[in-house]
Amino acid sequence: MSDHAVHSEHYDREAGKLGMWIFLFTELFLFGGLFLVYAVFRATYSADFHEAASELNTFIGTLNTVFLLTSSMTVAMSITAIQKNNRILAFMLILITLLLAGLFMVDKYIEWSHEFAYKVYPGSEVLKNMPRGELLFFGLYFMMTGLHALHVFIGMILLTINLVKVKKGIIHRDNYLLLENSGLYWHLVDLIWIFLFPLLYLVS
Amino acid sequence: MTNQEGDHYISYLDQQGKYRGLLSWLLSTDHKRIGLMYFYVIATFFFIAVSLGLLMRTELIAPGETIMSPQTYNGLFTVHGIIMIFIIVIPGLSVVFGNFFLPILIGAKDVAFPRLNLFSFYLFLLGAIMAVLSQFLGDGPPDTGWSFYVPYSVESSTNVIFALTAAFILGFSSILTGINFIVTIHRMRAPGMTFMRMPLFPWSIYATAWIQVLATPIIGITLLMVIAERLFGIGFFDPALGGDPILFQHLFWIYSHPAVYIMILPAMGVVTEIFPTFSQKPVFGYTAIAISSLTIAFIGYFVWGHHMFTSGTSYFSRLFFSLLTFLVAVPSAIKVFNWVATMYGGSIDLKPPLLYAVGFIFLFMIGGLTGLIQGALATNIQVHDTAFVVAHFHYIIFGGMGFAAFAGIHYWYPKMFGKMYNIRFANIAWVVIFTGFNLFYFPQLVIGMQGMPRRYFDYLPQFKTGQVISTIGSYILVTGLLMMLINLLATRKKGKTAPANPWKGVTLEWQIPSPPPLENFDVIPEIKRRPYFFGESKNDK
Repeated sequence: MSDHAVHSEHYDREAGKLGMWIFLFTELFLFGGLFLVYAVFRATYSADFHEAASELNTFIGTLNTVFLLTSSMTVAMSITAIQKNNRILAFMLILITLLLAGLFMVDKYIEWSHEFAYKVYPGSEVLKNMPRGELLFFGLYFMMTGLHALHVFIGMILLTINLVKVKKGIIHRDNYLLLENSGLYWHLVDLIWIFLFPLLYLVS
Repeated sequence: MTNQEGDHYISYLDQQGKYRGLLSWLLSTDHKRIGLMYFYVIATFFFIAVSLGLLMRTELIAPGETIMSPQTYNGLFTVHGIIMIFIIVIPGLSVVFGNFFLPILIGAKDVAFPRLNLFSFYLFLLGAIMAVLSQFLGDGPPDTGWSFYVPYSVESSTNVIFALTAAFILGFSSILTGINFIVTIHRMRAPGMTFMRMPLFPWSIYATAWIQVLATPIIGITLLMVIAERLFGIGFFDPALGGDPILFQHLFWIYSHPAVYIMILPAMGVVTEIFPTFSQKPVFGYTAIAISSLTIAFIGYFVWGHHMFTSGTSYFSRLFFSLLTFLVAVPSAIKVFNWVATMYGGSIDLKPPLLYAVGFIFLFMIGGLTGLIQGALATNIQVHDTAFVVAHFHYIIFGGMGFAAFAGIHYWYPKMFGKMYNIRFANIAWVVIFTGFNLFYFPQLVIGMQGMPRRYFDYLPQFKTGQVISTIGSYILVTGLLMMLINLLATRKKGKTAPANPWKGVTLEWQIPSPPPLENFDVIPEIKRRPYFFGESKNDK
């Protein structure tokens, strides 16, 4: 071994995927804590939750569900495209995924600013004068969708990195672990939304 | 593989990679260097937290205000707790010895994700620094205790958010390390090393890593909720806003009880390596020890309610949690019997590592049995929130995990640094530490039983004798710790060169030179039998 040997790094695709799956489990547990709190308060204040949920805009929620579900499909398709060595198609599909994610965020922005305009935000006077269950519902709503939006944002950064790497040819048919793992992460973001949507928007 | 002593090789300590000097450490992805960096950071913080503890003991030497105000005392026990729990004992053994020896023990060249490993180290460092800064920045040191119970942690005007964020970051680092170790064990075992041929320290790290991965996210989200509560007044845990403080206690202990198994399982793993080596005999009940680690991890997940017997939970749930608490003691006891049986009939060599390991059994037994007193519903009411709990906890964590850490340091020191410490001096330090420890904590069990509450800076005159003995014990304990430290520091550079296998161990780490070369093994070993094979004798299968 030479004096200047650079420590060789181990590359194992299966290991990378296994690690990602375990990480996704921890993400589920992270949101799981919030779902648990939701369950407890929903049981305690079911009427208030019903009332508060009807004040959310179901149309925007549905639109966002469509955006995220479609983007989950396009990211999966981009992985198939890479496997078939079609880099241009993969590039386009990741770009579409990013656009859909962007639309989701714009939608979220419109929704939140609408609520803020009515002085509905955590700690506001309007909220504090509401019945306790409604206050907790909105607390959960902002915390859960906020944390979810943060995940969407991280996912968008990951996808952008993938976009560049596909463009440069670093990600190709024989080396697409990063894209696959980012895809898995994106599906998680989607999966959590699929639970958030009915629990927050459809319980009215 | 043969002993390479005398052959020319370059150890990981001298290796120069892409960078030189300090950077070759700070940017190293070598698991051994990262393990050592953790070791230095943790040792530093350990002595900071010990000093805080010493100040608290000095305050308690006499009733009334002795050297500090009550508010300072509150800050001290909070930061002592946060540093000790989140920076030292939760990551402790698994990041130091897990990083250093897990890959070697399973015959791998590194962990599965070396760069992620370095990243977890820096997250850890960031969290650790934030925890200390929380003492000095903002509106005074946090005074909530390490458990951050609401509603006080929401109302306290001190710097709680900083401490909460520190704990969150440390938790994230812990998750990443856990993932790394699980994948390492699944993917990187040497050829022929099946799970049932793996040494028992990797087994305990494996069980620990699963708890880290599955329990830590819960505390993460709980801490985030408390932060949100403080910043925005969301009200999850505030009864005035419809929330439920008991809910916080549930969420907190769902993580923090399994966390004590994150602390103790690697400790059990370390002593399990030591007993066979110093008895020159295969470990007794290999399968039982391996499986009991997983059992502890599994049952440990469902006992959190025993922290809340006086919080007003239902009678049925108290019964349930009490039963499970007794059940989780069973696999721990299985291990103790197996360690003792391993020594039985062996040729025992009472060197410092074994002394600490035997000390571990003794103190861990006291800690475990006093734990059952609290696990029983009736006696729990008497000792809840008293010094008894403090003593029990320190017997388990310091007497258990701490002594196992010292055992591990004395066991693996020659391998890690290639130097041998002064064995005679180490034995004397052990006697001082062991004596000081018991003088310190045993009186706490007694005065706790008599009603001395925990976390009080003042006490009634009848507790004076116990408190004074405790304080004297703490001084002796710290003297012993310093003796140990001086011994290790003095021999770090100037000690005698250690041979590759000073203790006649048979696991893989003793078959490579001391200190190990950069990639551990020139040739990846092939494993043909179970570990702890000490040549032919009637004990071997």
